[in-house]
Amino acid sequence: MLSYIVRRVLYAVPIAVGVTLLVFALLHMAPGDPVNAVAGPDAPADVVEALRRAYGFDKPLPYQYLLYLGRVVGGDLGVSVATGRAVAGELAQAFANTLVLALGAAVVGFVAGIALGGVAGWHKGTVVDHLATVVSLIGVSVPHYWLGMVMVILMAVELNWLPAMGMASGDAPLFGLEQVRHMLLPVLTMAVIPTGIVARSVRAAVGETLEREFVQALKAKGMRRGAVMRHVVRNVSPTIIAVLGLQFGYLLGGSILIETVFSWPGTGFLLNEAIFKRDLPVLQGIILMLALFFVLLNLVVDVAQAALDPRMRRT
Amino acid sequence: MKLGIPTKLVLAAALMSAATAVQAQGILRIGMTATDIPLTHGSPDNGFEGFRFSGYTMYDALVNWDLSSADKPSVIKPGLALGWTADPADPTKWTFKLRGDAKFHDGSAFNADAVVWNFDKLLNKDAPQFDARQASLVGFRIASVASYKAVDAETVEIKTKAPDSFLPYQLSFILLASPAQFEKVGRDWSKFAAQPSGTGPFKLDKLVPHERAVLIPNKDYWDKTRVAKLDRLELIPMPEANTRTAALLSGQVDFIEAPPPDTIPRLKSSGMTITANPYPHIWSYHLSRLPDSPWNDIRVRKAANLAVDREGIKELLGGYAVPASGHLLPSSPWTGKSSFVVKYDLEAAKKLMAEAGYGPTKRIKTKILISASGSGQMQPLPMNEFIQENLKEIGIDIEFDVVDFTTLTNRWRAGAKADQNVGITGLNYSYAIVDPFNALVRYVKSDLHAPNGVNWGFYSSPEMDALVAKAQNTFDPAGQNEILGQIHAKMVDEALFLWVVHDVAPRAMTAKVKGFVQPQNWFLDLTTVSVQ
Repeated sequence: MLSYIVRRVLYAVPIAVGVTLLVFALLHMAPGDPVNAVAGPDAPADVVEALRRAYGFDKPLPYQYLLYLGRVVGGDLGVSVATGRAVAGELAQAFANTLVLALGAAVVGFVAGIALGGVAGWHKGTVVDHLATVVSLIGVSVPHYWLGMVMVILMAVELNWLPAMGMASGDAPLFGLEQVRHMLLPVLTMAVIPTGIVARSVRAAVGETLEREFVQALKAKGMRRGAVMRHVVRNVSPTIIAVLGLQFGYLLGGSILIETVFSWPGTGFLLNEAIFKRDLPVLQGIILMLALFFVLLNLVVDVAQAALDPRMRRT
Repeated sequence: MKLGIPTKLVLAAALMSAATAVQAQGILRIGMTATDIPLTHGSPDNGFEGFRFSGYTMYDALVNWDLSSADKPSVIKPGLALGWTADPADPTKWTFKLRGDAKFHDGSAFNADAVVWNFDKLLNKDAPQFDARQASLVGFRIASVASYKAVDAETVEIKTKAPDSFLPYQLSFILLASPAQFEKVGRDWSKFAAQPSGTGPFKLDKLVPHERAVLIPNKDYWDKTRVAKLDRLELIPMPEANTRTAALLSGQVDFIEAPPPDTIPRLKSSGMTITANPYPHIWSYHLSRLPDSPWNDIRVRKAANLAVDREGIKELLGGYAVPASGHLLPSSPWTGKSSFVVKYDLEAAKKLMAEAGYGPTKRIKTKILISASGSGQMQPLPMNEFIQENLKEIGIDIEFDVVDFTTLTNRWRAGAKADQNVGITGLNYSYAIVDPFNALVRYVKSDLHAPNGVNWGFYSSPEMDALVAKAQNTFDPAGQNEILGQIHAKMVDEALFLWVVHDVAPRAMTAKVKGFVQPQNWFLDLTTVSVQ
């Protein structure tokens, strides 16, 4: 098991380097000059050039990349072109804010999705199944942006029950009542898609497992429903964990749409801002961090699957 | 009596709303359109919204804007300088007499050395406080400055490279930061931005990047008539217009910038106050004057100006616009008297096109660069489509190249000649026309072609250059206004742009916001505001 984990961690290194190269190349190929984007509109050419030198954008690209890579290895993600603040600090704050939403949405989405999908799979072909399928289909199909707006109009503007946007002011405790009230709308909006996807996956996996011969055999032996269910859960869980891991990754990535609709200062909000300001250091930092998260998350999922299913360890 | 769970929930929500209402005494929470708090170190980014909220709140310049009147265009007035004169014998030599009673928020005294230090931060690359970013944001404002020195603690002498009577206007954008605070934070502008110190009527209490800035009144402000009434001013970035509207309607903020025109009836029906006032802004097409541009023919330019139904566009914007009659608002002191009248006259437009040799068989086909959104761009897509239809009627078929606002800005700065603008003969960019340089000079002076400035279309006219030089050489305000009027009249007579509308900056606020005056300007004086 240990050697498996070590091997997987080592695989992550070339992936991370590849991501930095890809991100760097893509961002420099995209239209829009980061220096022009932050200089004053009438700044004369020599001042813009001085700014370019100050940020190091005047050096050849391969050299810039190596410098960047060297700094990243040393843990320095650079400084935001737009604000002068350290990218690492900006990212840490934004990520903490997104994490709060992602955890909330994961709990809501996964519990609802597993419950819906489980019930539907267990009662396949019945009215309950159809109902659960419709609900999960809506979850997958409904546009986030629209749903967020509708929730705001209903819950904040018309009923005035919940705040329309933002986090509670900085003095409020992270999981205090005020913060939870601010979180509810974005969390519910964000949870809709994972609910749908998880429900569909669980339904399919449960339905499929129930039809397998060993389950038939267990039933034929007269095993109680609860005990059969335990066997089914054990068999279904590796597949479900893979889906949950991927979904959690997406949630952690933050949603540009949801965070913009709710003015929630997380990674999606920061990413949106960095794109419009051509803030390359921030963009590079966010994308690198998100990519590494996916790598890490896949690793955790693989290890969890291996722990649950001995067959996986042999591969 | 036993309460059901729904009743309890409603009661809890009501109590929470009541608690928020009690907290909100004397606190003004503003939903801004910016995505982040504009830079707080005294040289704001985010255009004039940055100056509005992070600039003139916490800082002063030597010359300030008088924002007290809603009825007439704002003018400049003494700020940290009590007065200024240009030497009649040598008009490149200016003397600024400073106030002796102003202090920075950190308690250090404002004096002539602080002024010199602030000029160094923008112009002297060897000074420890020099900042390339700040120099790029506001340094061009004082590009005409050749040297500066402190004569005594309350007198500064500034020499310009050539006579430049616009200097006082330009100095209104050079906000003065505290040298002592810069030393205290370890000579780091990023740290200074987190703990800024200016002389302005508000000081920063707390800054949470991307989330909010909390400002509190500077009770020791030197101008006792402008000590802020509020207990607290909170600036909250809300780039999404519908989010701002929802936040106002649900009571999370008290004041929002730029509500979408279609939400204004709803806001009004909820008891919100809507303010609007014309201000120095122009929504126009900046036309290319390169040899291959169809806009080189004055008859085509005039015809386009006569073909646009500006009242129709105003209606499209819910009435929140002023049809343009030139580059400047009619109330501007620099409007002058032109002979060409910008108005909607389709017949006259068709006649001019025919004179220029165009007709049903020979149409103009050209491409205009526009953005899908952006600061000051109002509702760019429907407005541009409206104009497209208007111009089609007189034989001009325009096609749009739609880009995001940052790309538009990049391509605007690059000038019409740049590779990236090949095939583009005009660009829809909104302009702040607040001071003589921004209002007129930057578009017409022949030495401000890219990369030296934003005379995007490469317009060049020796007569215009002579008028600009004359204006810069005229130090009596009335005489200067007269010449600036001649510059504007010449622009209109030559139909240099396709002028469409001026924005009126709609803002929405709750009925509890009192004392707000919306001046005819990009900037606001929030010291008069209270929340009751």
